[in-house]
This record gives sequence, C-alpha cells and structure tokens, in this order.
Amino acid sequence: MRISKSPWLLHYDGSSCNGCDIEVLASTAPRFDVERFGIINTGNPKHADIFLCTGGVNSQNKDVVRQIYDQMPDPKVVLACGICACDGGIFKDCYNILGGTDTVIPVDVYVPGCAVRPEAIIDGVVKALKILDEKAEKMKRGEYRSLTSAEYAEKIASKDGSDGEALQEEKDA
Amino acid sequence: MTTYGTVAVIIYLLLSPVIACTLSGVDRVVTARMQGRRGPKLMQPWYDLVKLFSKETTSVNDIQKILVMAHCFFAIFSGAIFFAGGDVMLVLFALTMSEVFLILAAYSVNAAYSEIGAQRELLQMMAYEPMTLLTAVGFYLATGSFKVDKIISTDLPLIIKMPGFFIGFCFVLVVKLRKSPFDLSTSHHANQEIIKGLTGDLSGPVYGFSELAELYEEVLMLGIVGLFFMTKEPVSLLWAFIAIAVVMFCMSLIDNIFPRVKWEALLKAAWLVTFFAGGANLVILSLAERM
Repeated sequence: MRISKSPWLLHYDGSSCNGCDIEVLASTAPRFDVERFGIINTGNPKHADIFLCTGGVNSQNKDVVRQIYDQMPDPKVVLACGICACDGGIFKDCYNILGGTDTVIPVDVYVPGCAVRPEAIIDGVVKALKILDEKAEKMKRGEYRSLTSAEYAEKIASKDGSDGEALQEEKDA
Repeated sequence: MTTYGTVAVIIYLLLSPVIACTLSGVDRVVTARMQGRRGPKLMQPWYDLVKLFSKETTSVNDIQKILVMAHCFFAIFSGAIFFAGGDVMLVLFALTMSEVFLILAAYSVNAAYSEIGAQRELLQMMAYEPMTLLTAVGFYLATGSFKVDKIISTDLPLIIKMPGFFIGFCFVLVVKLRKSPFDLSTSHHANQEIIKGLTGDLSGPVYGFSELAELYEEVLMLGIVGLFFMTKEPVSLLWAFIAIAVVMFCMSLIDNIFPRVKWEALLKAAWLVTFFAGGANLVILSLAERM
C-alpha cells in the first residue's frame, strides 16, 4: 500500500497575511473537501506527513519552522503555499523577513499565488504525494533519509560559500 | 472454554482490526454526508493504520514504546476474555489496566500536551468508569452471573430488564469510542485544540499500536452493546447486529449534533446519567430480585 493514500497534513502560518491560511481552511471545508483524498489536518508534527507552510520565514519564527520540520518522522514532504512561502513575496524586503520557507528547511513543492487558490493547493498536495511515495520507496530500500534542518543549513552555507569562492576566482581571473 | 468461545476469540483476534476499520470508515463517510461533504474512501482508517506502521519512530525514551505495547496487549486481552465467554468484571478491569498504560506512556514523555491529555483521560475515566462497572453489576443482578456465556443464555433479551443500564452504557460509549466531547484527550476531532493530547507524542508504529488497541477496544465495546440483545436463540445474533448498527448511527448523529460539547459538561452529565438511568434501574432490579 502506498503512503500517499493517507497523507496527514500539518499547516503552519509563518508570517502570512492570513489570505493563504483562509484558502487552506477553505480546501478542508465541504466545497473542496480534501478528506476525499484521506487528508487530515493534524496539527501535530509527530503525526504529519506533509508540512504545509504559508507566509515567509522571519527571524522570530525560523527556529519554530526548523523544530516542526525536525519533529516530523520520515518520510515527509514540505509544501510552500503562496508566493510569500515560495520566496518572501511582497514582504521580501522587510528587515525581519529571511525569505521563503526554503531559507530554513528543504522544500519539495512550491505553490505560487496571492492568495493561493484552493484548487492550486490541492494540485500542490497531489504533486507532493507523488514525491512522498518516491521517498517512502527509497526509504524502504534504505537509500534515503531526509536532511535535518541543521544539515540543510550547512548545505546552504557551503553552497553559498562555494559560489562565493567561484565568484572570487572569476574575479581573480 | 467452549468451542464457540474458541471460534469467537479467533475471529476477534484476526478480524477485529478490519471490522473496526470498516465501521469507522462507514462512520467517517456518514459524518461527511451529514456535513454535506463527499468524505473519504470506505477503507481510509485501514490505510491510515498501515501507513503508521511504515513510518519512522521518533521517541524521546524507550519506556514509551513498552507502555504503549502493554496498552495494546491489555486491550486485546480484555476483548479475548469477553469473546471467550469470560467474566465481564475481569474484562472491564483489564480494559482499565490498558488505559492506565496509555496514560503512563503519555506521562513518561514529559511533554506539555501529553500531560494535559493524560489528565483529561483520567477525568474521562472518572466520568465513565462508574457506569461501566454498574453495567457489569446489572448483568449480574439480571442473570445471576458475571460470565458472558451465562449472560447470553437467557430466555429474554436483557434489554427488557436493563433499559436504564443500556441508556447509561450508550451514553458513556460516546466517550469510549472517542466521539464527543470534542476536546477529549484523543478525540478524533481534538486535533487542533490539544493536539490529540494523550497520543500527541507518539509517532509512527508506536502510534499505530495505540490506534490498533483502539480498534480492538471498539469491537469489545460494541460486543457489550450486543450483549444486551443476546438470548440462547441463535437468531438473537441478528438482533444484536442490528442494535449495534443503530447505536453506531446514533453515535455519529450525536457527534454531529453536539460538535462543541466540552469535557466539563461530560463530567457532570455522565454522573447524572449514571445516577438516574443506571442507579434507578439497579434499584428496581434488586427490588425485583427480592420479591
């Protein structure tokens, strides 16, 4: 049986304007009814398979986002919902905004929109389910373990570093 | 143990998860239709259970796993005694034991939400235990035995002698099946309020075992509902199944009509119902015995 038949979802509001959150809630209401796909809004990272993040990450909640992500058991996928969660959106240049969800944790699916529409959210979740199945398959074979937020931070730092060095080398040349 | 008992126990052990999953699948679909939604697939609870066993376990200590396993074991054990035709009192005590293990598991992790959940579970036990014990006493008064195989060999269904007990038992059944109030420690709806409290810190297969225990418990509870309708005639089994179906439907209906009942209300109401429905029936039954 595939894990995607029972995806439990955790919704976290970063620094969203609540537009996306209302749409997320709308998709659980009768009109869109995501429970059709077996999706349950759990509110508990330890029970969740999908981490649905709305709004950008700011300097106050970055540790919260990391902690939620680290508490989720493997296999798991992260869904950035709305343009702010994708790259910071309209708040991008604010002094306290770090950027999208991918500035602190690895993101699997980006769902753009302002506010993101329920149809788009459901599309994004369905796409995330395929990734979830692939991850579960790899995990069964012992080939996969998702990065912790600390490992991800290192990866980003080293990537920035290497880019920086490459840039330096270019300049030197 | 009789041959029937052995067969019943084997069926109980093997088929309970599937039966209970189907029942809660039907319940979820019915609930969704009552709310004007399409609802999940019929076997959704089964998919959920299988998924939990394929997930990774993250646990803050090892004792949690052992306690949850013990919880699951005692839940299955109490049901096995029941379907083997054993002592109803023993069934209820083993079931309480199983609950206690789950509460200990929640306390062992030292997490805020688990602790709130554990406290609420204790309050909830305080609310429903008197009624379940009274029901066992009622069975004794009506039939002269605590043994299930004696209880089912009556001439008339026990519902005639014990309507008060039946009402009281159905009332606490709403709690036992984790339906209403919505803020119960592991209520199926309490997900946002106290993050499922009691099971809040369980993950993956460990959580799966606690869900499995719940499924066995559900079958046991519905078995006790059936007990009110059993007689020595084999056809009474049909009446028992019909009664269980009606009770299940009423549970969904109550859950949907009163979606915002809180645990304080439960505590008051459960004792009142125990006192008036259970207590009155008990008095009448014991007076009738003396005459």
